[in-house]
Amino acid sequence: MNPLTHIHSRTVVLPFENIDTDRIIPGRFLTTTQRTGLGKALFTDWRYRSDGSPDPDFVLNKPEAKGCEILVAGRNFGCGSSREHAPWALTDYGFRAVFSSQIADIFRGNALKNGLLAAVLKEDDHAWLLGHPGTLLNVDVAGQTIALPDGHRLPFSLEPFAKHCLLVGIDELGFLLQHEAQIAAFESKREAV
Amino acid sequence: MALASHQVPRTLFDKIWDAHVVAPETNATPAILYIDLQLVHEVTSPQAFAELRARGLRVRCPERIVATMDHSTPTLPPGPDGKRPYASAETAAQVAQLEANTKEFGIKLHDWNSKNRGIVHVMGPELGAVQPGMTIVCGDSHTSTHGAFGALAFGIGTTEVGHVLATQCLLQRKPKSMSITVTGRLNPGVTAKDLILHIIRKIGVNGGTGCVIEYRGSAIEALTMEERMTVCNMSIEAGARAGLIAADETTLSWLEGRAYMPRGADWDKAILRFREFKSDPGANFDHEVLVDAAEVRASITYGTHPGMVVPLDARVPPAANAQEQRALDYMKFEAGKSLVGTPIDVVFVGSCTNGRLSDLRAAASVLRGRKIAPNVRMLVVAGSEQVKRDAESEGLHRVFLEAGAEWREPGCSMCLGMNGDIGKPGQLVVSTSNRNFEGRQGPGVRTVLASPLVAAASAVAGAIADPAKYISEAA
Repeated sequence: MNPLTHIHSRTVVLPFENIDTDRIIPGRFLTTTQRTGLGKALFTDWRYRSDGSPDPDFVLNKPEAKGCEILVAGRNFGCGSSREHAPWALTDYGFRAVFSSQIADIFRGNALKNGLLAAVLKEDDHAWLLGHPGTLLNVDVAGQTIALPDGHRLPFSLEPFAKHCLLVGIDELGFLLQHEAQIAAFESKREAV
Repeated sequence: MALASHQVPRTLFDKIWDAHVVAPETNATPAILYIDLQLVHEVTSPQAFAELRARGLRVRCPERIVATMDHSTPTLPPGPDGKRPYASAETAAQVAQLEANTKEFGIKLHDWNSKNRGIVHVMGPELGAVQPGMTIVCGDSHTSTHGAFGALAFGIGTTEVGHVLATQCLLQRKPKSMSITVTGRLNPGVTAKDLILHIIRKIGVNGGTGCVIEYRGSAIEALTMEERMTVCNMSIEAGARAGLIAADETTLSWLEGRAYMPRGADWDKAILRFREFKSDPGANFDHEVLVDAAEVRASITYGTHPGMVVPLDARVPPAANAQEQRALDYMKFEAGKSLVGTPIDVVFVGSCTNGRLSDLRAAASVLRGRKIAPNVRMLVVAGSEQVKRDAESEGLHRVFLEAGAEWREPGCSMCLGMNGDIGKPGQLVVSTSNRNFEGRQGPGVRTVLASPLVAAASAVAGAIADPAKYISEAA
């Protein structure tokens, strides 16, 4: 994973609540054994019409969405299944951050493990961003703030270890593997009971 | 473990958590939590095995991993050439990859030749692989099902599947706790599915976010194990990390003698330990919810998330916001009207929510001696090979076939439609599964969630129907 320290991008806004992981990437795309190449399936049933052509009314298909790395979504983003294909699709498409006022537990964990900042904002800050699509933001991961063009800063919450992993660009497995002796000790203690 | 050794009364969740902490949580790092059992299936594991291979790692405790194939598997039997009718080369390759991975890493796979293959959350309990007080994970959100046995069981992503394969541990911040106490007793004709739909409606699809729910109270204690699994299964639909029900005599008698369970003196010793996993009197929960079982009615969903629930005999409520109106528009339902009588196209009985023997018996009780409506296609998909055998030994398959339904091979099937079992755009499906998300059962497909009784009654009527009439006639 590459370190994620700052993001400088305009936002794409999906104002709907409860955007579920089937919406992010439907089950029919989970047949892959790879974790790459899923960006084309992101939000597919919104992005494409039944004949396969892009739906020009969908926000990601508008010219101003091109190159945007920040998604602002309605409350309870990522609810539903545990499929890691959801953050894989978002990162493969080019997103580096998702902000909402609430993010489903499993999705949030999966996102952070894939270098995708998934963070929760205060309700009124979230509402402001939902109401102002296309705002150019400066995200500072270490400082846990989003700077608006007028310099105003919005704080976001982020679990400290996930933040460390994002900033350094490492995953958690290395950390777990370092604790092998402790894991083995735990096992022998339990067997002795 | 006993209360005397602790000053503070602990919840069931606290006790399981405490018993599995390898390294405690600090400000900087989550706890390292030991995982007793990982269930593995073909969809969320290939990239995890690839990661192990890339890093030159072994599976740390192959004996703590049980694998099966359920999501991508066809539910039609092999053709005359003996080949399984996979929906695509990709689904076949995914299953083949699981076969290769489990072989390479020394993991037990319940494959096509196994008498136990089935939906991972149906098979695990049947084998007795699930024990009270355990920590259990699977790359599947409906892992919450196993909480019915007093185990802390939760869904994880593929990266974490790899963590558990390599270290048998996960990094976790301790979730909050929620108690949902259901007092009284469910009315006749009201099922566990109706109860959990009622609960999700009450607390919302994000009401359990960040929490482990413990279900308690007389109505919960009165549930059978299969009913408890239905309730815990859909905890994730309220956003909860897990659902839990403390083990009691119902649990122990269900588990005794199953393949993975200890026997003889070891069983006697095990049940003493199992019984300790319950909340102490006065244990503190972060959130407490009370539900009166008498208020629960046979229910159905009317929107595009499992919190949009209405009693069958009630009218669809007006949309509270633009979002709910969008959902009604997608479903082609109108506020102020009852859904009873709405013509349907497909009925699906199955899934880890309602694909067990008691569910098939319930559906068959309505279908016995009746035919499904000519315009309706009905799929009945047993949750496992065991469920299928048991159902066939009771003759339930004949009831379904004679009624005009399809009797399929076990698997996840139409719950998420990965294996090609899907509806056509615009079709209305009455489904005993767990998610009515837009397009879940195929692009443009409209899903209503209901109990097996409602599903079967609707199949007969050719329209959403109240099973009360069919049950009383049958009785």
